[in-house]
Amino acid sequence: MRLSPALVIGAALSLTAVGLAALSFFWTPYDVTRLTVAARLQPPSAQHWFGTDHFGRDIFSMVMVGARASIAVALVAVGVGAGLGVPLGLAAAARRGGWLDELVMRLNDLIFAFPSLLLAIMITATLGPGAFNAVIAIGIFNIPVFARVTRGAALSLWTRDFVLAARVAGKGAARISVEHVLPNVANLLIVQATIQFSLGILAEAGLSYVGLGVQPPMPSWGRMLNEAQTMIYVAPWFAIFPGLAIVLTVLGLNLLGDGLRDLSDPKVRRAR
Amino acid sequence: MKLFTRTAAALAMMIGAAQAAPTHLTVGMQLEPPNLDPTAGAAAAIDEVTYANIFEGLTRIGPDGSVRPALARSWEVSEDGLTYVFHLVEGARFHDGAAFDASDVKFSFERAMAEGSTNAQKGLFEPIEKIEVLDPATVRITLKRPTGQFLFNMGWGDAVIVDPASAEGNATHPIGTGPFRFRNWVKGDSVTIERNPDYWGTPARLESATFKFIADPTAALAALMAGDVDAFPGYPSPETVPQLQADPRFEVVMGSTEGETILSTNNARPPFDDLRVRRAIAHAIDRQAIIDGAMFGVGTPIGSHFAPHNPAYVDLTGLYPHDPDKARALLAEAGHPNGFKATLKLPPPSYARRGGELVAAQLREVGIDLTIENVEWAQWLEQVFRGKDYDLTIVSHTEPMDIGIYARPDYYFQYDNPAFRKLMQDLNAAVDPARRAAILGAAQAVIAEDAVNGFLFQLGKIGVWNAKVKGLWHDAPTQANDLTAVYWED
Repeated sequence: MRLSPALVIGAALSLTAVGLAALSFFWTPYDVTRLTVAARLQPPSAQHWFGTDHFGRDIFSMVMVGARASIAVALVAVGVGAGLGVPLGLAAAARRGGWLDELVMRLNDLIFAFPSLLLAIMITATLGPGAFNAVIAIGIFNIPVFARVTRGAALSLWTRDFVLAARVAGKGAARISVEHVLPNVANLLIVQATIQFSLGILAEAGLSYVGLGVQPPMPSWGRMLNEAQTMIYVAPWFAIFPGLAIVLTVLGLNLLGDGLRDLSDPKVRRAR
Repeated sequence: MKLFTRTAAALAMMIGAAQAAPTHLTVGMQLEPPNLDPTAGAAAAIDEVTYANIFEGLTRIGPDGSVRPALARSWEVSEDGLTYVFHLVEGARFHDGAAFDASDVKFSFERAMAEGSTNAQKGLFEPIEKIEVLDPATVRITLKRPTGQFLFNMGWGDAVIVDPASAEGNATHPIGTGPFRFRNWVKGDSVTIERNPDYWGTPARLESATFKFIADPTAALAALMAGDVDAFPGYPSPETVPQLQADPRFEVVMGSTEGETILSTNNARPPFDDLRVRRAIAHAIDRQAIIDGAMFGVGTPIGSHFAPHNPAYVDLTGLYPHDPDKARALLAEAGHPNGFKATLKLPPPSYARRGGELVAAQLREVGIDLTIENVEWAQWLEQVFRGKDYDLTIVSHTEPMDIGIYARPDYYFQYDNPAFRKLMQDLNAAVDPARRAAILGAAQAVIAEDAVNGFLFQLGKIGVWNAKVKGLWHDAPTQANDLTAVYWED
C-alpha cells in the first residue's frame, strides 16, 4: 500500500513540532526565562538561529518551549472533548430518539450556538487567564464535536447485522456500544481528533494573543505574536518565526488528518 | 498637453485654497479617565483631559514647569510668607453661565479641605489656615506656616476652581472656566470638547478637540499612521519611534516627565516589612536593563523618588548597585535563604507590563519567585491603590514634586517613618531655596536608604504628532494635554 504525500508531509511536520516540544523539556539552545537585554532584537545568526526578542531571549528556544504549551493545551483539550463527547455520543446513539438523545443533542446545539473562540475567551475571562483554564475553555467546545461525530457514525452501526446479533445474544446497550460500536467508529474519531488538535493549537494561540492563555514568563506562540506586532518593522523575525510555527503545525496536523481519513476510507483507497 | 498641465495646476491651487487649516484636533491617550472631575480622583487621565482646557486654578503650570497666572491675574505675598492676596480676573464665567468670583475660590478650597472630601491631593490644602473673600475680585489666603511650594501647588489639577452649583456633577459633565467646554463623552472611546465662545482670556485657536482612548500600543501606531489621531503626546510604543522619526508626516519629540517609575512595595506586608528584603530587591534590580528592555532606552535611571531635571536632585543610583550575590546574601540574612514567593500586579501601560517581566526575571535570579498578575486600571486603583492588597506593583507617579507622599503612612506604600515626616514639615516651613534643596536632598536619601520602593527610572515622554500641529507641550511638568495654544499650521 502506498502512503499519500499528504500523510507523509503531515506526519513529518506534526512529528517535528511534537519532537521539538518534547526536546524542550531536556534541552533548549538558551534558557527562555533568562533575559539578557544587551542582546535584544538581534537578527537571525549562527548564535541565534531565529534571532532574539526585545528582552534578548532566543526566539528558537522560545518557539520550542511555546510548542510545548500549544501542544499540551491542545492535546489535553482534545482529550477532554473526546473523553466526554464520545461517551455522550455513544449513549445518544444507543438511546436514539429517546429523551437522553434529545438532551445530549440539544445541549450540544447550545454550545455550538456560540462561536468557539468567543466562547473560549468568555470562559477564560471569567475563570481567569492561564494554561489550565485555556484547556477547559478549548475542551468545552470540543465536546459537541466529538459527540456529534460519534452519534452520527454509531447510528448506522446500530442497524447492522452484527449489532443485531449481539443484541440477540443478550448483550446490553452499554456493552454493545463499547465492544462493537466504538471499535468501528475509532478510525473516524482519530481523524476528527487530529483536526480538533490543529484547531486547538489555533485556539490556544488566539487566547495567548489576547493575553488569556499561558502566562509569562513561559513563552507561547500567541503571546510572541502579540509582543512582536509593534516591532514588525524593526524586528520582523520576531513575528515571522512564531507565526510560521503555528502555520506549519496546523498545516501538518490538517494534512495528517486528511491522510488518515483517506487511509481509513475504503472508497478512496480503491480509487488510488 | 500644456493646457492640461495648466488646468491641473489651477485645479490644484483651487483645492489647496479650499483646504484651510483644520480647526479640530484628535488627541490620542492611552488611558481613559474614570471620571472627569480633577478634584475627585487620582487618575492622571482626568487632568490629561481637563487641565487648562476645561478647568483652571488660581495659578497654572506652564510647559516649562513655571508658575503662571490663571484665574488669579496677580498676587502679593507677605514678608513672612504666610499671607497671599490673589487678585482675580473679572468677567470670567463658568460654562453654565454662572459668574466666577472670590466666593468660588473659597468654596472650592474649603470643599477640598473638608472632612469628607474626595480630593486625591488633600495635602496641597493642608497648610491653609483660612480663606477670606475681601471683595468679589480679591481673596486672601492665610497659611499656618510658610509653604514654599504654595503657588505651584495651587496650579495642580486638584486645585482647580469649581462652581457650587455644578461641583457635584463634574464627574460626568465637567463645568469649569476654561477656554474649552465639555461636549460629550462616549464611554470607552472618546471625550470631545469645544471652544468656549465666552472665554474671559485669549480664546483657543482650535474649534474643538477629541481625546481618543487607545490602550493598545499597536493600535496607537495604526491610528497615527491612518490619521485617525493627529497627536499622541504620551506615545506608548517606544519601539516604533525610529519608524515614526523617519516619516516626514510626523514630528517626534523626546521630553521629560514628572513620572518616577517605581516598583511599589507594600512596606506593611511581610516579608517586605523587613529592610533587608527591600535592600535585597534593590540590589537585584538592573535599572539600565529595564530601561533598555521595556522602554527601548527612553528613560533616565533614578535612585530615589525625585525627578532628575529638578535642581534639588541628588543622584542616588549608586547606593544599591546591581549585585545579585549581595541580594542573595541579604535575603539569607533576613531568613529567606531559598527566596520566597510573591505576586506582582501590573497595570496596562507597556512600561509596567514589559518592565514587570524584566523585574520578575531579575528577582528570580536571586530566588524571589514572582507571579505576574495583569490588572486593568480600575482593578489596580481599587485593589492596590485604595485596598493596599498587593505585594509589589509597577507604576509611574506622574504628579510633580510628589516626594511628600512618603510622609503619608496611609498611602499605599504603607511606609511609616517619623524622621521622614519631620523632614517634610521642615520643608514646608522653609522658603529659602538653598535650605529647601538641602532638605529635599536629605529626604531623597532617607527613602533611598530605606529602599521603600524599587526606584527604577524617570519616565521619558515621547510625543508624536502631525508635523503641522503646533503648540503642544514637549515636556510634561504636570499631567496635562494643554490645548489652549495649539493650532494647525497652514
